[in-house]
Amino acid sequence: MEMEQEVFKTLGAGLAMGLGAIGPGIGEGIIASRALAAIGRNPSADKKIVPLMFVTMAIAESTGIYSLVIALIILFG
Amino acid sequence: MELNISLSPEILFNLGPIPVTNSLFWSLIISVFLMLFFYRAGRNLKTRPSKFQNLIELLIEESYKFTGLITNNPQRTKKIFPLVLTMFIFILACNLFTFMPGQSAVSIQTEQGLVPVFRAVMADYSMVFVLTAITVILVQIITILTNGPFNYLKKFINLGGPLKFFLGVMELIGELAKIISLSFRLFGNIFAGEVLGLVILSLIPFFVPLPFLFLSLLTSVIQAFVFSVLTLVFANMASQIPENE
Repeated sequence: MEMEQEVFKTLGAGLAMGLGAIGPGIGEGIIASRALAAIGRNPSADKKIVPLMFVTMAIAESTGIYSLVIALIILFG
Repeated sequence: MELNISLSPEILFNLGPIPVTNSLFWSLIISVFLMLFFYRAGRNLKTRPSKFQNLIELLIEESYKFTGLITNNPQRTKKIFPLVLTMFIFILACNLFTFMPGQSAVSIQTEQGLVPVFRAVMADYSMVFVLTAITVILVQIITILTNGPFNYLKKFINLGGPLKFFLGVMELIGELAKIISLSFRLFGNIFAGEVLGLVILSLIPFFVPLPFLFLSLLTSVIQAFVFSVLTLVFANMASQIPENE
């Protein structure tokens, strides 16, 4: 019984991280593609666009970070 | 296969009642190194700069310009710039020291067994949490100073109707979530980089870890940048007086 609990814990952590990484991956891809398109349209604005791109990416990443927290709590907590 | 992964840093020795962990030890060493480095840089400035002085001036001037680009206000730039650049340099130095070759092999014998002397400083949650606490407290203080204490409380507790009350509660949750997302972003990325490197190294020890090392090098620079830029953006947002409805 205890063995089974360990197995499910590991499985849960893996699932949490894997499923939680889908959303941020898609979101960051969209942000990067739009930012690159904007730079292509107006190359002189890249100094304003690139930092904004990093910041919005960091915010889009938040949900992925939450699932990482959950996975770490399951594994080590 | 036995991997040695721990969330909390290992204790090296006890200094009286205070346990000294390996990440504390290294953050102190890095702090002293940075202090000496910049003391040396600022000691004898010349009108005709040497190569070293040129490099430091380039770093500071470019980041000052960049800060001005985000705040759009020379006065605010002057106030927030020292904190943001210090955060950036400290986090960057801590992250880059991880890539010093050979450091992970150094370990000493303590009561808990063999303990590595080096640990990535930002892979210790308490260190990251302190940095985040500085940011969050600073942002709250700036909000109170610009809006006044009454308006600040009104932002969270608004009894002007059920919808406004609900929005106030959501605002409070948003502030709390900011702490978690800001701190765990840096911690998670660096910790994950360490674990990934360890796992790949234990699977295939030659050549294959190189691209992963490069990836974590990239992440460590970007995360230092993101942390300081987010601090800058939050502080800048807090210092703007909101438009009246």
